[in-house]
Amino acid sequence: MANEQPVESYTVEELVAVNPYNPDILSDLEGFVNEQVNPSDGSLVPLIDSLIKFLKFSEGLLRGFAETSAFSRLHVSNQTYNLDANLSLLRLYQFEPERLSVQIVSRILIKALMAMPGPDFSLCLFLIPEHVQMEEQFKTLIVLSHYLETARFRQFWDEAAKNHNILDVVPGFEQAIQTYAIHVLSLTYQKVPRAVLAEAINIEGLALDKFLEYHVANSGWVIEKGAHSQLIVLPRNEFNHPELKKNTAETVPFEHVTRIFPVLS
Amino acid sequence: MAAASYDREDGGGGGGGGAQRGSRDAYDPNYVPDSVKTFVTHLYRHIRDKNVYEIHQMYEGGFQRLSDRLFRDAPWPSAEAVAPYCDGDHVFLLLYRELWYRHAYARLSPLTASHRAESWANYCDLFSVVLHGVVNMQLPNQWLWDMVDEFVYQFQSFCQYRAKLKSKTEDELQQLKQFDTAWNVYGVLNYLQALVEKSMIAQILEREKEGLEQFTATDGYDYEGGSNVLKVLGYYSMIGLLRIHCLLGDYHTGLKCLAPIDLNQQGVYTIVIGSHISTIYHYGFANLMMRRYVDAIREFNKILLYIVKYKQYHQKSPQYDQILKKNEQMYALLAICLSLCPQHNLIDENVSTQLKEKYNDKMTKMQRFDDESYAAYDELFSYACPKFITPSPPVLDQPLTNYNQDAYRLQLKLFLYEVKQQQLLSGVRSYLKLYSTITIAKLAQYMEVDEATLRSILMTYKHKMHAVDNNGKIVSSTDFDFYIKEDVIHVAESKPIKRHGDYFLRQILKFEEMIGELEKVQFD
Repeated sequence: MANEQPVESYTVEELVAVNPYNPDILSDLEGFVNEQVNPSDGSLVPLIDSLIKFLKFSEGLLRGFAETSAFSRLHVSNQTYNLDANLSLLRLYQFEPERLSVQIVSRILIKALMAMPGPDFSLCLFLIPEHVQMEEQFKTLIVLSHYLETARFRQFWDEAAKNHNILDVVPGFEQAIQTYAIHVLSLTYQKVPRAVLAEAINIEGLALDKFLEYHVANSGWVIEKGAHSQLIVLPRNEFNHPELKKNTAETVPFEHVTRIFPVLS
Repeated sequence: MAAASYDREDGGGGGGGGAQRGSRDAYDPNYVPDSVKTFVTHLYRHIRDKNVYEIHQMYEGGFQRLSDRLFRDAPWPSAEAVAPYCDGDHVFLLLYRELWYRHAYARLSPLTASHRAESWANYCDLFSVVLHGVVNMQLPNQWLWDMVDEFVYQFQSFCQYRAKLKSKTEDELQQLKQFDTAWNVYGVLNYLQALVEKSMIAQILEREKEGLEQFTATDGYDYEGGSNVLKVLGYYSMIGLLRIHCLLGDYHTGLKCLAPIDLNQQGVYTIVIGSHISTIYHYGFANLMMRRYVDAIREFNKILLYIVKYKQYHQKSPQYDQILKKNEQMYALLAICLSLCPQHNLIDENVSTQLKEKYNDKMTKMQRFDDESYAAYDELFSYACPKFITPSPPVLDQPLTNYNQDAYRLQLKLFLYEVKQQQLLSGVRSYLKLYSTITIAKLAQYMEVDEATLRSILMTYKHKMHAVDNNGKIVSSTDFDFYIKEDVIHVAESKPIKRHGDYFLRQILKFEEMIGELEKVQFD
């Protein structure tokens, strides 16, 4: 069956979508993690071998439904993070603990940190055995996650600086955390003092001025003079302006109203 | 830690080991009592006639009665012995063996590794037959659900069994080595996945939304001469996958597996009460671990209300104990959710009363966030959580340990870690409820922390109470809110709102009912 078909390439996303429980895609998932960390120029990641192994894996059983799925040729996008693929890999490590690579897991966790405020980091931790979590670098990452979850930004940046060798592996880490910090500030503050902002995003002085200029121009921030220092007025949203929150409690869902139609008629 | 309560084995057999062994020695697999002969003959005929109603009666009623009467401590006759009464039909014997092993698991625990491996082989054969599309039967939904449910249960049981190495005899260890492919996690997951894929159940449900297909409307049965087995097994396998992923600790993927099922509607998952409860229990638990407390609370509320209303109808059923057990566990999970994320409007009165009865003390403790509260969280979590598994096979050459609790300990530890991060939040909440505005300096003074710490706490509150949902949107789950302008906190409390619309609807329906009743009254 597979002999005559033209050779096709499949993305990791497709493989995971078709069958995430195939141990033979483990090395491709690892490659994909490295892709996420060091994106290449967007060329195709050939996964032909995997597909053939995959079809052989359980002979008759899987061949049947593999045939019914449609495959198409896709470029690996410049997407630099895929939670499903990473979770699939962590699961495969759970099934075959001897193949676990500490380096790969570390990269997955760093990527997950960058995905905050999403719960990705704890989702990954649930799948990593306790004794592995005892390794030094994982303990560090857990501490960093703890600081971020509890909005202790000063401690976070201090600790991150001490461990920059682990974190420098992944480009864009700083920016991602700064985005998260701004997100939390936007939930909490209508007007935030300059010092608080500076501490949260770890930028000071001239660099901070430039940063503020950029956001005033592009993100709708406004700078004001406050009682003690500069105040940054963050954009209005329903979280820092509770009056903007749509009051859904009073509305009655349509399905409930349909219940009395027989009565009304 | 409440580890001891966690270790209980589900479906423990009746009677002590001695009595069991005695009747097992006397067990002759080839002896077929007359009542069994009749049972097999009739069941076979009903299946061939596709008489679903009769099949259901025999499956639910007949099988249980015979088990209670004749096979309380012994297995049913072997498949080979009953073969003559069903024309040796290969598929029927696979079904019979499935019942045979299910009975053995329920009454004759603990089973040996070789028995478990045989059951695994039987499931493989049975599912292969179904997947190749050669099955032409219609079976009751209860049976099909029980098949999937039991499949996952036996997998979980096997993982627990082989992780307890310390007390195993040489013989048992030898068997584990011999049957090392039985119940391997790849096989289990792939079979369920294959059932989902081959039945194309996700596409069927999609097309049904557009009116192009009938599935839920017919309760999954096929009225055009075909078979419901593959489709319904595919449907239930989605729930099976959710369950397995919860056992592995992968909540995100578990919820994804359930995505084609719309929990806001009735569906095939609500037909069999066991599947309804299992779906909501695991859905709620997964959401709890993903910090989506409001989603969990909503679903727990609905199912607990349902159970209050309908459990009386299931008192005679063999699943009644399970229903009660899951009911209790879900109250515990609801108590946890409400302690971490207080809500006013989401709980029905009946449920709320029951909850207070069972867990009022514990909930007060949990909301205090001191040492006692961790103990309360620990206890409830350990009681209510699924029995997590370590999916990898044991390494039999090293010194033997019991590692069956490792997975559970990890999940518990991470859960308590999350609880710890929310430790200071309830303090903030109780203070802020007293003010409409307050400066950071003053509140810091009252809470006896410095200002920087207070700012962190306030931001933590905001972060924890605004989860990211499936579509990447931020959803607020807080019952009261605040914002900060420079140094001043402004509190905006949303008062518990009276649901006038719902109230009127309920009353309209109630009065209509009453009027109907009154009109039926005849005066002599």
